[in-house]
Amino acid sequence: MADHSQMQLQSLAPAAPGSVPGSECLDPLRLGLEHYDARNSWDELIAPSGEPHPHAQDLVRALAAMDTAELAARQTAAELAIKEMGVTFTVYSEKDGAIDRAWPFDIIPRIIARSEWERIEAGLKQRVRALNRFIDDLYHDQTIVADGVFPAELLADSANFRPQCRWVDPPFGIWAHICGSDLVRDADGTVYVLEDNLRVPSGVSYMLENRLVTKRVFPELFENYAPLPVDDYPSQLFDTLAALSPRPAEYPEVVVLTPGIYNSAYFEHAYLAQQMGCELVEGRDLVVCEDDCVYMRTVDGLQRVDVIYRRIDDLFLDPEAFRPDSALGVNGLLRAWKAGNVALANAPGAGVADDKVVYAFVPDIIKYYLGEEAIIPNVPTFRCLYAEEREHVLANLDSLVVKPANESGGYGMLMGPQASPAERERFAELIRRNPRNYIAQPVLNLSTVPTVVEGRVEPRHLDLRPFILSADHMHVTMGGLTRVAMRKGSLVVNSSQGGGSKDTWIVAD
Amino acid sequence: MLSRVAETLYWMARYVERAENVARIINVNTHLLLDLPRGVAPGWEPLIAIIGAQGPFQERYTECSERAVLLYLVGDADNPGSILSCLHRARENCRTIRDIVPREGWELINELYLFAKDSVEEGVSKRGRHAFLKRILLGSQTIAGMLAGAMNRDKGYHFLFMGRMLERADMSTRIIDVRSENLLPQEAGDTHPFDNIQWMSVLKSMTAYQMYRRSMQVRVRRVEVLRFLLQSEQFPRAFRYCIGSVEESLAALPRNEPALRIIGRLKRTVMGADQFEALDQAALHAFLDGLQLGLIELHETLANAYFLPREEAVAA
Repeated sequence: MADHSQMQLQSLAPAAPGSVPGSECLDPLRLGLEHYDARNSWDELIAPSGEPHPHAQDLVRALAAMDTAELAARQTAAELAIKEMGVTFTVYSEKDGAIDRAWPFDIIPRIIARSEWERIEAGLKQRVRALNRFIDDLYHDQTIVADGVFPAELLADSANFRPQCRWVDPPFGIWAHICGSDLVRDADGTVYVLEDNLRVPSGVSYMLENRLVTKRVFPELFENYAPLPVDDYPSQLFDTLAALSPRPAEYPEVVVLTPGIYNSAYFEHAYLAQQMGCELVEGRDLVVCEDDCVYMRTVDGLQRVDVIYRRIDDLFLDPEAFRPDSALGVNGLLRAWKAGNVALANAPGAGVADDKVVYAFVPDIIKYYLGEEAIIPNVPTFRCLYAEEREHVLANLDSLVVKPANESGGYGMLMGPQASPAERERFAELIRRNPRNYIAQPVLNLSTVPTVVEGRVEPRHLDLRPFILSADHMHVTMGGLTRVAMRKGSLVVNSSQGGGSKDTWIVAD
Repeated sequence: MLSRVAETLYWMARYVERAENVARIINVNTHLLLDLPRGVAPGWEPLIAIIGAQGPFQERYTECSERAVLLYLVGDADNPGSILSCLHRARENCRTIRDIVPREGWELINELYLFAKDSVEEGVSKRGRHAFLKRILLGSQTIAGMLAGAMNRDKGYHFLFMGRMLERADMSTRIIDVRSENLLPQEAGDTHPFDNIQWMSVLKSMTAYQMYRRSMQVRVRRVEVLRFLLQSEQFPRAFRYCIGSVEESLAALPRNEPALRIIGRLKRTVMGADQFEALDQAALHAFLDGLQLGLIELHETLANAYFLPREEAVAA
């Protein structure tokens, strides 16, 4: 298999003369680029005029110089590379158990100009800095509540506030060491934060693998572009984790804690452990001893663990502290963490800032702790908690998306424009009964990007998940994971529901 | 090296080796049946005895027909010793340690499992069986070779290697035990030409025929075959060789004294048995039983020293 795809790649390389960006023999007719309609949404590569954005010119030209056969050959080469590299995600079904599916990938990169990215990067750092201050405050003096900026009743209702974590002092006051924030762009070009994932955000391994695949299938593009590198993420992550070690003088033992092979992100857990040179452990590999320290069971006996990058949800982390029926966790882990003998990333309880109602307060949170305006805006959000905003929501249910606070994955949502009057009435009732639990947002027209669909290039909607690391210093990935809805008009970018992904390039303007 | 990872490597190797050995015993039985005269041929029941599955087999099948035995040994998902089950477990073990096993190793195991899963019917049929078994043998040899050529000789590799060699030692004693019973009635003079076919089949089932010829330089006889397969320090499927290999890997591990003691005892036992002529079938059976019990004890000692505590152990 390896030899075959090697050959495939080599045979593609000499085809360069016809496809060198800047070549004069352009024939956009061949890919359907002339029918490419960038007027319905903001397009990441092509302006409404049909001309490429300045930073995307070379890429679009290179695409236009390809015929459908070459485009298809490159898409096939990418798929082969993904199979060969073993990039998979796991789908679990009753019938077949856990199945590894090849990671869905589209070869056309999504490009962001560096000047725009720098603003986004600054905005993400600002946001996560404020969110960490917020979490730390909630687990200590709760000044933001006392000062009336964040309503006490929302805190009381929060499903992700962990009273067990009150008065714990994690290193640097940081709780969310790894954050994945989802960004979307509306029709007018404004970039919004759609949500912040502060519990166990996943996807970063695919960001890294996507870049490797693009390098294999589009090597000549890298002659004209020098996208900012993403491959230092594993070492940045390791440094972030190592900085949390309770025994800083020694070389820290950092491990990745996975729920196991049936978790959909298991590939990523194994990948990151391997890339960082850390052990990938399961709960049963760890034990908390009398001294409240965490050890892993090795063939040489017990070995002390300093930092755990845990990819298990809070409630399954420690049967002693949370769900007693959890078979994934480690008895006494929270005890060891509170004693300061082990670092957990993200810290238990960090998810308190990861719900949709808290999201609505993030601009206020930034202002409260940092005295700054949010650099990246929130999607305009109406909080049903407040009578005035609630009345607006109830009056405009046919044009809004209504989301409950603590559900994710689109559960319990109302898509106003598509909903039946009966559904809207049902939601109106739900909101009146429990206004605190609901927020509403206008329906965004997500931006699009040219995507290979049956050998032609068509616009498809997308989002972007950058990853933000925080410990003694902060680091934002150069770009992030671009997820794209492969079905026409669809806004669903989730890989288990037919979503694909793209390499994301930050390039000089 | 995490205890769980060590244990997983150990079992992964055992299961691949077991799948290979099951393919071997089917292969050799197929040939034996073609070579022996009608009425003398032992049929298929001994294969069930080799893997010690008479009870479970009888619960599921009414007769020991060729097809029933083949179905049971090749593709019965409810038989933990079937080729398919072994490869499935090898694959599931490998899947949990994909960060440890070279990627190509995982791909080979995955491919072999998928092949076996899709080819059960060919494996059972008379016509397709040869090609099927050959692919299983080659596949497991390729996996062993790939891992041998690509893995650091660290603790992980030692556990992998010990798993393979322990499994091989175990299966060698089983094959000898079941196949050493004289198939031919002593008084029937006209069976003489077939006399050494039986022992040749034992050798061939362990790919030992040529090596036996090279090192023993005598015709194929019970005593010499037993001596070769149990005591050879050169032949890699011989019991003595296998436990010697386990000993070498064990030497690189900490806290190895209890396991080394068991190996020392096993070596003394197998090398001390000089009088194979004097051992009748019952005595040989008892002798082999002793070796197998020693292997079980060795496994348990390894598990206690290095693997996860029992209640949390990897499902074997």
